Amino acid sequence: MSLKTRLIPCLDVKDGRVVKGVQFVDLIDAGDPVAAAIAYDAAGADELCFLDIAASHEGRETIFDVVARTAEHCFMPVTVGGGVRTIEDIRKLLLSGADKVAINSAAVTDPDFISRAADKFGNQCIVVSVDAKQRLDQAVGGDNGQAVRREDKESQWEIYTHGGRKPSGLDAVEFAARMVERGAGELLVTSMDRDGTRSGFDIALTRAIADAVAVPVIASGGVGTLDHLVEGVREGHASAVLAASIFHFGTFTIPQAKQYLQSHGIAVRMDRAA
Amino acid sequence: MSLVTIIDYGAGNLRSAANAFERVAATLDTPPEILVTADPEAVRRADRIMLPGVGAFADCKAGLDAVAGMREVLEERVIAGGVPFLGVCVGMQLLASEGREKTVTPGLGWIPGAVERLTPSDPGLKIPHMGWNTLTVQKPHALLAGIPDGPDGLHAYFVHSYHLVTDSADTRLAIADYGGPVTAAVGRDNIFGTQFHPEKSQALGLKLIENFLRWTP
Repeated sequence: MSLKTRLIPCLDVKDGRVVKGVQFVDLIDAGDPVAAAIAYDAAGADELCFLDIAASHEGRETIFDVVARTAEHCFMPVTVGGGVRTIEDIRKLLLSGADKVAINSAAVTDPDFISRAADKFGNQCIVVSVDAKQRLDQAVGGDNGQAVRREDKESQWEIYTHGGRKPSGLDAVEFAARMVERGAGELLVTSMDRDGTRSGFDIALTRAIADAVAVPVIASGGVGTLDHLVEGVREGHASAVLAASIFHFGTFTIPQAKQYLQSHGIAVRMDRAA
Repeated sequence: MSLVTIIDYGAGNLRSAANAFERVAATLDTPPEILVTADPEAVRRADRIMLPGVGAFADCKAGLDAVAGMREVLEERVIAGGVPFLGVCVGMQLLASEGREKTVTPGLGWIPGAVERLTPSDPGLKIPHMGWNTLTVQKPHALLAGIPDGPDGLHAYFVHSYHLVTDSADTRLAIADYGGPVTAAVGRDNIFGTQFHPEKSQALGLKLIENFLRWTP
């Protein structure tokens, strides 16, 4: 046997509270990220991911408390992303109980930061968030001047930073390869086009990056059905699949998703949680 | 009250390790004290010693050497005194004769062998070996008791690019398969080490920690 495909629920956290609604049976406080994390742990999630989208400096501080309280109860890997810009940010998250940190904007503005972080904490700790959008070329022009998908295969996707608001001009596949050279141990590949749409991963993007790098790729952005998870692994070549709303809103449970993956020939971990 | 020390030498997810040990300790009839410490004198008093480690071999070894007196206390208590010892991840790799990550660095030499880069037979397999894998026990051991192994067994969480290739098959207690055998657990006498992270391995990990806290080598 080899490694199992990892299923990772992601919690968006703002000022210490889960932003997207979480609907679990028996969950007293659905807005508490720690309660949600404990529920996912018990359900057999393979890892947890917190994305801190804090609105304020005070909000930023609360993530350390969320991570620390989660680590007291959940004995599984925890990744924390959002606003990670300095070596000190990483150290504080690790001391709180995080195992990995996801770095986005800082990786684009200062690639050397990835090298320094990997040297300091090890490659296994450094996840680079690759937030990409399909390039649209207005100049080519479709009917009625609509934007059309660019045919240029050399640069099909562009990296965005600051939560998908700022285009960087960088090609996503090239950027991903460069981050791995710098020491990223894993890539979290999110399609900004698909995020929140429930229309499935951008499979071409996921596969282009997964096939270009030697480190594991987590597919993210757009999951609406269990088939999307299967596609991410089979066609996108991802080592792990991340989803938020299908789990938060109770559309599917973690065991349902795992059973579905397994029934489609994808090896998953079916251990009962401790 | 007996004392378990988790060694703080600037490397490792100390909080996670302490959390898991505290969780298990609380379930025992006579819970031991769990102490994260950089003080060799505290380690000298310990009834059990855990050495974590995350990062590169050379950095971790330098970090351990930088704690004045720690190496001497470890040799005295673990090798001469027979105190139960658990090394995890790079804390396990440091038991080797030498590490061959980037440069050649001497290890503690407690488990003869070298730490080598993983070379899966299938070049499509990703490095690091990151995620959940099952174990195959090579030699039964008290710390692996009650942990189902094999393809239908429990899973352990791995995250590493190097592993300890032991000189003797006798000290390689468990392996995982990742395009070939990967050393998952090593040991001899009162010394045990895991490449995977028990503190992050849910059911399997908590059972192993419980076994360690109950272990009388």
